[in-house]
Order: sequence, then C-alpha cells, then structure tokens
Amino acid sequence: MGILEVKGVNKRFGGLQALGDVNLSIKENTVHAIIGPNGAGKSTLLNCLVGKLIPDSGSVMFDGQSVLGRKPHEINQMGISRVFQTPEIFGDLSVIENVMIPCFAKRDGAFRMHAFETVAQEKDIVEQAEMMLADVNMLDKRNMHAASMSRGDKRRLEMAMCLVQNPKLLLLDEPTAGMARADTNNTIDLLKEIKEKRDITMAIIEHDMHVVFSLAERITVLAQGTPLVEETPENIKGHPKVREAYLGEAQV
Amino acid sequence: MFGLDKKDTKFLWIVIALTMLTPILLNPFPTDSGLAQFNAGYPALMQRFAIYGLMAIGFNILFGLTGYLSFGHAAFLGVGSYAAVWMFKLLSMNVIPAIILATVVAGLFALVIGYISLRRSGIYFSILTLAFAEMSYRLAYSVFTPITNGETGLQIKLDDPRVLDGAATDGALPVPGLFGLNMNSTYTVDLGAWSFDLNAGYYFCAVIAVLGFYMSLRIFRSPFGMMLRAVKSNQNRMNYTGLNTRPYTLAAFVISGMYAGLAGGLLAAMDPLAGAERMQWTASGEVVLMTILGGVGTLFGPIIGAGFIKYCENIFSKINENILHDWFSFLPDSLESVVVWFFARFVGEGWHLTLGVLFMLIVIFLPGGLVEGGQRIAAWYRNRGKSEDKATKQPAE
Repeated sequence: MGILEVKGVNKRFGGLQALGDVNLSIKENTVHAIIGPNGAGKSTLLNCLVGKLIPDSGSVMFDGQSVLGRKPHEINQMGISRVFQTPEIFGDLSVIENVMIPCFAKRDGAFRMHAFETVAQEKDIVEQAEMMLADVNMLDKRNMHAASMSRGDKRRLEMAMCLVQNPKLLLLDEPTAGMARADTNNTIDLLKEIKEKRDITMAIIEHDMHVVFSLAERITVLAQGTPLVEETPENIKGHPKVREAYLGEAQV
Repeated sequence: MFGLDKKDTKFLWIVIALTMLTPILLNPFPTDSGLAQFNAGYPALMQRFAIYGLMAIGFNILFGLTGYLSFGHAAFLGVGSYAAVWMFKLLSMNVIPAIILATVVAGLFALVIGYISLRRSGIYFSILTLAFAEMSYRLAYSVFTPITNGETGLQIKLDDPRVLDGAATDGALPVPGLFGLNMNSTYTVDLGAWSFDLNAGYYFCAVIAVLGFYMSLRIFRSPFGMMLRAVKSNQNRMNYTGLNTRPYTLAAFVISGMYAGLAGGLLAAMDPLAGAERMQWTASGEVVLMTILGGVGTLFGPIIGAGFIKYCENIFSKINENILHDWFSFLPDSLESVVVWFFARFVGEGWHLTLGVLFMLIVIFLPGGLVEGGQRIAAWYRNRGKSEDKATKQPAE
C-alpha cells in the first residue's frame, strides 16, 4: 500500500477523455515522477489529487482517507503540499511572512481569528520560519519584499513554504519549467538536499528528462490520459512504449 | 505599551494628541480675521471628521488589507443610524446603548450581505455590494417605512416611550447625552482674538475614533491582519497552504461593517435623526474616495482622507461669489469678473469640482495617497543637506 493510491480515475472535459482509468500508487519516502508528452493528462491528474478538479469516477486515497470532494485547503491540512509551475508566493509580503503563514496554517488550522496577538509575539512561529529559511539559505533575504526576488529565489521560497509544513506528500508541477540550465541544476540540487535531510514523499510532474532521471526512484509514463508503464529509471530508458509515446520528442 | 511595539505606541500617542487638540489646531485663524472662514474647528464639522474618519478606518480593514472593494458600506452607516435612533425612541437618550445596538445590528447585516457577496471577488463583489446597498436604500423608502419613516426620516418625538428616562415633560425634545452630559454642550475658550469650541459630542466621537484606530492598529499587526494581506496577495496560494479564505474575508467584511454601523450610530448620537439618503450609493462612494485619497492600506491615510473630503465639503462650499469679489477686488474690473467667474465654478455648489480635480491629481501623481505625499516630503526633508550622491527619493513604505 502506498501513501497515495489512485484507482480507476476518469475525467472528461466535454468530448475529451483527459484521464482514462488511471491507476497509480506512490510509496512512502520515494520520489515518484510522472512524465508524458503534452496533453497526456499530467496536470489534470495532479489537479484531481489536490481538489482543484473532481474526477468523474474512481477513487483517490491519501494516507487511508479519500480526498475526493474535499477542498484544496482541507487536502493541504491532510498533509499534501503543492509547488506550482510558476512559483505561487505572497508577493506583497516579506519573505519571512511568506514562511510564517504556512506555519500558522499548520498550527491553527484553516481559520483562526488571532487578531489580538502581534505577529512578533508568536516567537515559536518566527523561530520555525527562520530555521526553515536558514535551511534553504535564504535567511539573509528575511525582510525582502517577496515579489522583488529573482525567479530562482521565488522557487526556493515556495519550496520552503511547502516544506515548513512537514508535508507527508509534496507535489511538484514542472518545478523547472522555463528555467535556464543553471537554475534547473540548482533546483535539482535543492530537491536532492531536501530529500537527504528529511523523510518525504515527492511526486514530480516533469517534462525535462534530465530532472526526472536525476531525482526519480519510480517513473510513471502517462500518454493520452492512461498510464503506459511504471518502472525504475533504468528500465524506462529505451522502453519501446515510452519511445512510441514521445515520438522522438525526447531522446531518452 | 498597549501590546504594541515602541514605534506603534509613539504613533498611537501622536494620534491621540492630534485628536484631543483638534479644536485648537483647526482654529488657527483669529475669529474676526478674513481667514476665519477657513477655520474648521466648529463642533458639527469636527464631529464629522471623527465619525467619517472612524468609518474610513473600518473600510480600510476590508479594502486596504484584503483588497475587496465594497461599494455598499453606506448601507451599514444607515442601518447603524436607524438602530441608534430607535434606541433613543424606545430605551433612553443615553448614547452608549444606542451605539452598541448600532454596531451589533450593522454587524449582523454585514454578516448576511458579506456571506452572499463574498462568493465572488473583484468587480463582481463590488457590484453585489452596490446592489445590496441600493436595495437597502430603496427598501427604506418603501417596504420598511414603518421602521424607517420613509422620506421624512426617523426622528425622536416627545411621546416616544423611552422606558428608562421617560417622556420629556417640559415640552422640549430631549438631547442625546452620556449619563447627563449633553452631546451638544460646548465650552468655548476665548484666548485673545482666538476662540476654541470644546464640544462634548466631538470628544465623545474622538474617544471612540481613537479606540477604533487602536483596534485597527492591533489588527494590522496581528497574524489575522497578515492573513488578510495574504488574501489580497494570492488567494490561490492561501488555499493550497491549508487556509480557508472565505471566513477571513467574511470576518474582515463584518468588522468593517461594524465600524460603519458604529459611525452611523455616532451620527445619530450627534443629531438624533436618520434618513435613507445616508445609504445612497454616493455615500458609499465617498468612503471609497476617502480611503484612496488618504492612502489605501496605510493606517493613518483613511483618517486624513476623511478629514480632507469633509473639509472641502464644508469649507469650499461656504465660499460664494461675494467673498471671491472681496478677494480679487484689487484686480481691474473686467479682469476681476473673469477671475471670479472662473473660481466660482470651484466653490460653493461647485466644490465637487475642486474635489474631483484634487482627486485626479492625487491618484495620478501620488498613487499612495496623501500619506505618500507626506512620506515624500519627510524623505526630502531628511535627505536635505546630506551628501548629494544619496538618492533623494526614498521608497514609500
């Protein structure tokens, strides 16, 4: 039994079968990559996991509980954090505030009207956020306006915001899309570092084979809304079905 | 002190000092000088400064922090006024129960309107709140006439029950008061050529406004305030961080609605009548203007904006052509009539034109409102005399 079990998930958009009978099992403490050509249904699948979309049929079980019908914030409270294709951060807030908000969410739940403490009085939260920033080497940018940072730093901050919640499952939606090679390599190093430091399960949706083969322990190949194969990276390379799906789009 | 850090405590003391000294600061010109018409230190206007300042502070909690632009806040002002006048009619002329009921009723009203309107964001939210306020305005004239007394407006009468202090016997309408201190009692201090009005009603409003300001300061500095800023910044990220944005926005909406209701209650406490025109969309627009003019999302901006607009409304509208003729009498006759004709468009009835021009200038050149203007002047003043290689402009906070 994996920490995330997807069984028989279908999703249609009008006449388009975006997901057809998807089965997927992600084991605890592994890095699981989901790859596939454009339009294979990777993002649709991910959106079904986090509550943005509701599948037409099938089941999604996380840690023994169904996530179907729950709202994104409820699913996050169950222990799933998500990194977006373009970093989603609180641009108007300072870096430290960006990291403190997930700490509050983790401690106080989806809503609490703590209107009569000052932020500075919440020493535990400040400390926790500072430790997280130190972990991703951003403590010197503590008081910076988040929107004014470089894209690489925004990505780093978004990771910190997810990790500070100690999620059981971290979902990454093309974390290196549109990045220069150097930034991509930095992201790979960051993810490797995260993986070494803590027990965490990651699911990565990725286009870039370099990223996939540097990180993943298991790979699922998705094509036209259906998983083709699930294998280790070694066995995926040169797999005939995979080559066929990509039609030479990527030389693996 | 007061659970604030040093800087904020100092800030709060400055605000307290300014509000307490308002009757003196706003009367800088001797009573019989030609400039006395620019004195704003008379009770009715000072009360308005405090009351609309309070409303703008509350509005800023919603608009400044969460970014939700409500175009229907006048509805809460009106509801608060009606609630307060009913309290004067039924219970007692004491202002305390009146403003408490005004706040509570406006809060409940805001809960209902907010629950529905907050299903949408952006322009749709604004339109929904506008629609609700216009509905309230129309209903106050029609269906709810038994409660609102329609076009005449709700007033106190001699034969109202007033369970606690009974009906007035001497034939004069009773005046709202605070345990015997009448709201319209004024102590006039004459100092040489100057004259200052210390009015009980103003000081009552000022104390409430300072309390309101303190509350808003606490909210701005609290984790709750940080969440509200996060709502404005990125709702998507909030949802995927495990936070439910709806109760946060609803709480902000209800709080700002209660501020508006309290302001409405104070309006009624200063002058115990309530009319539906207080709920009209122009009144809702006014508080939006106040907040933008002063500086959205800044603590002090809305108060300055409220003061600025109320000052224009009351001072510019009093200037008429005769006064202009006096001012420009030194010019040759033909030129004088042209100049007077031109300036007459901007004063008296035309004060809205002045406000409009000033509003455009401020929005274009000072997007951060009057507060940004103040910060730029302060920055220029600090940098004056410092080494020239330093940038003269400091980023506005």
